[in-house]
Amino acid sequence: MIDIGYNATLVAIGAGLLGIAAGVIGAFLYLRKRSLVSDAISHATLPGVALAFLVMVALGGDGRNLVALLAGAALSALAGLGVVHWLNQRTRLGEDAAIGAVLSVFFGFGVVLLTVIQTIGAGRQAGLETFLLGSTAGMLRADAWVIAAGGALSLLACTILRRPMTMVSFDPEYAATQGLNPARVDMAMMALALAVTVVGLKIVGLILIVALLILPAVAARFWTERSEVVALLAGLFGGVSGTAGAVISSLAPDLPTGPIIVLVAAAVFIASLLLAPQRGVMAGALEWLRFRHRVHMRQGLLALAHGHTVYEPYTMRLLRGAGLIRADGVATEKGRAHAARAALDERRWQHLRSRSENAALAARYDGLTPVETWLTPDQIATLDREMTGSGGAA
Amino acid sequence: MGDAPLRVRGLTVSYGASPAVFSADMTVAPGAMTAIIGPNGAGKSTLLKAVLGIVPRVSGQIEVFGAALERQRARIAYVPQRASVDWDFPTRVIDVVEMGLYRRVGLIGRLTRQHRATAGDCLARVGMSDFATRQIGQLSGGQQQRVFLARALAQGADLYMLDEPFAGVDAATEKAIIDVLKSLKDEGRTILAVHHDLSTVPDYFDRVFVINKSPVAEGTVAQAFTQDTLQQAYGGRLATGLLDQLFPATPAAAAPAFPARPS
Amino acid sequence: MGAEFVALSLPPILIGSLAALACALPGNFLLLRRQALIGDAISHVVLPGIVVGFLLTGTVSTWPMLLGAAAAALVAVGAIQLIQRIGRIEPGAAMGVVFTTLFAAGVLLLEQSDTSNVHLDVQHALYGNLESLIWIDATGWQSLLDPEALAWMPPELIRMALVCLIVMAFIGLLWRPLAISTFDEGFARTLGIPATLLGLALVTVSAIAAVAAFDAVGSIIVIAMFICPPATARLMTDRLAVQVALSAVFALVSAVVGYVLAGYGPIWLGYADAVSAAGMIATVSGLLLAAAALVGPRRRGQSA
Repeated sequence: MIDIGYNATLVAIGAGLLGIAAGVIGAFLYLRKRSLVSDAISHATLPGVALAFLVMVALGGDGRNLVALLAGAALSALAGLGVVHWLNQRTRLGEDAAIGAVLSVFFGFGVVLLTVIQTIGAGRQAGLETFLLGSTAGMLRADAWVIAAGGALSLLACTILRRPMTMVSFDPEYAATQGLNPARVDMAMMALALAVTVVGLKIVGLILIVALLILPAVAARFWTERSEVVALLAGLFGGVSGTAGAVISSLAPDLPTGPIIVLVAAAVFIASLLLAPQRGVMAGALEWLRFRHRVHMRQGLLALAHGHTVYEPYTMRLLRGAGLIRADGVATEKGRAHAARAALDERRWQHLRSRSENAALAARYDGLTPVETWLTPDQIATLDREMTGSGGAA
Repeated sequence: MGDAPLRVRGLTVSYGASPAVFSADMTVAPGAMTAIIGPNGAGKSTLLKAVLGIVPRVSGQIEVFGAALERQRARIAYVPQRASVDWDFPTRVIDVVEMGLYRRVGLIGRLTRQHRATAGDCLARVGMSDFATRQIGQLSGGQQQRVFLARALAQGADLYMLDEPFAGVDAATEKAIIDVLKSLKDEGRTILAVHHDLSTVPDYFDRVFVINKSPVAEGTVAQAFTQDTLQQAYGGRLATGLLDQLFPATPAAAAPAFPARPS
Repeated sequence: MGAEFVALSLPPILIGSLAALACALPGNFLLLRRQALIGDAISHVVLPGIVVGFLLTGTVSTWPMLLGAAAAALVAVGAIQLIQRIGRIEPGAAMGVVFTTLFAAGVLLLEQSDTSNVHLDVQHALYGNLESLIWIDATGWQSLLDPEALAWMPPELIRMALVCLIVMAFIGLLWRPLAISTFDEGFARTLGIPATLLGLALVTVSAIAAVAAFDAVGSIIVIAMFICPPATARLMTDRLAVQVALSAVFALVSAVVGYVLAGYGPIWLGYADAVSAAGMIATVSGLLLAAAALVGPRRRGQSA
């Protein structure tokens, strides 16, 4: 066990809990195609942090109470979220434009406020910049507790709300028939995203917190087609990223926590992108090559059977490579046999598909799958008799 | 018939791991109106889009008037199915029609008075002159479809390809569109349209191309628009009522059904 | 007032205006293509770009860092497209994946390398420092005619003007194909317009604008100017040309009013120091958008 100290352990636990919560919430945001709303939320926290600081100073404090700063962040993020919603609903602007406008304007206004803070009492704002990129160095014990508790609470809320969120993100209309109010569940989802963002401000920072809401979710999506599993996996990936990132960054002085957490999550994402068994890039590329091979092979054989010229160079190469045609393009013995089989299969399909009784079977036609895949030898024998009986459909 | 307006050989298109169009061969006859027909999901629209290079092909060769598609762009006009654009886009009806003049005006050339007059004429041909300065989204579906036809007219093409031009339009629009298409045919131009309403095929078209993923039949309406080919393409999905109406007094053959083996 | 204004306020106002213009113009097309957030993504990846530029050359000179930033922007755009296509991920999430990862890498590189003694930090990347772009040699309006003094204008001004020209030339020359392919990409393809290439060119020009503007004014103005003026104009008109023209006006108004409010506003209120000009410009552009969203004549779309 690596000894990283009491505070750092608390932070690592907090980051892990936060990562799990962010992963789960992020998965639902992703399934609802609203991942980048969280970017607007996180950037919109800045004016709130600055205003909370100003208010505390005006009341005579030193302005560094973490809970108060986070409360301010939550309020202004809520306002930002409201504006995104309003622009999207009440004007012709799309959600992407609304997100971009809110994040840049709120952030810009936040920066104005930061310079105001500089103006009224130089040097005292020192802590606020750490909210941009997150920093756990020299964190107070109380703050570490706030983060750990915040992470645990967000996770708890996720667990409680996971069922309605799954239903709404899968099929909002069906969810509505089951007595759920999709708008309200969406709102709860956004509130949770907001909570995660706010809790994560101190560790990951407002620019990068959105990564924890996006990367684990997108990575998880590669591995499964089931939404509950996406959420679970995303939680796992998020938790691992959070904990590992916090631990790694506590090992050396100039390894900033936020970026390390994000980079761990990015590594998980890249591995998923490349390696996932079905949706992954490598699997997809192999699948495509196999598919192209089948299409060209089948088309080539049918062309041979019908005595058509083959125009595609790739088809020619395939046929020659398989020993089905000679270099001059004439079919070999084997080629003629294969071609005859393909042509017979095509004729069988054609006949099948022309009978209205076979609609269910006919829908399985894709030009590639042999009829034997779906029919028993007996059925095929009946089919062939019928074809010769009716003079054949071809 | 060396330079058919459109010749397609061995065209296969797929979205994902199963072909939407498989090994299609097609030769479009010049100066005729050809309908592409087939059941839902038979790859009719996909065929057109693949021919035009809008969706990628897995295999296949395309020839337009005897040459590669890229060299014959100016001779083709395409009218997409409705709802493929952002109707909220800041553009007026006449602006849309003028887009059809792109190849004539060129990249930097200015729209002359003559160009504007051409665009105006095209709009008049589809009966939409009164709407020239409306924002495109303020029109009804049928009116929008007519504007897109006017845009194609402005292209002055020799081969017109239309994707379901009559889908979801009002009767007035259907009439306006078919009149324009027939007048194009009278000018010697070729028309190829994806069509779903079988009952109007004999009235509107000269030739049909029947497809269900792979091609089923091709030829004049008399040759290829038969109960047999339709049965082959549509299988059980064709209402008997419609068949009776299209081909009165022909007995339907009964055949044993093949239940699919459970997979 | 004259001499001080020309030396201290005129250059930042001009640079801010040019930067706003260079971003707002392509922003119109990005907005209509539902790619509004490309500006956001680009501006985030500028940081890793300049850091890599710095690490490769070891100096804080402008050109390597600009090139690094431009390269990073293109890498990011390519990666977004790639991830979106091959990973079948929706565009928003693909963008989020790429820019956060690259930004995190940039911050880490920055912390790991010894840049503490040079002027290179995250804050600068985010807010820029418009106020510092002054023209010391100017003694008054007559300096604008004095070649000696003109030679010492802030280099950012010339660079920004150049980039602004490039952007305007791109949009002016390719107006028609841009408009057609933005409206109806399928139709554009049937006309033989290389729509994919054109889309990539648009993003590249946006990246150039973002990088140059970022260098001058920081990444906040960049994001705000890509989105707010075009979005504001979008709510005012149903004609593309009018929209683009209006967006230019709103961009200029935001830049000038924002700068003046940031520089003189606190003084009018009795405080000694100015506030962030970049932040104020973004704020003003947001206020304009809010006004248009409340009362703009075309604020409702066909669907909304």
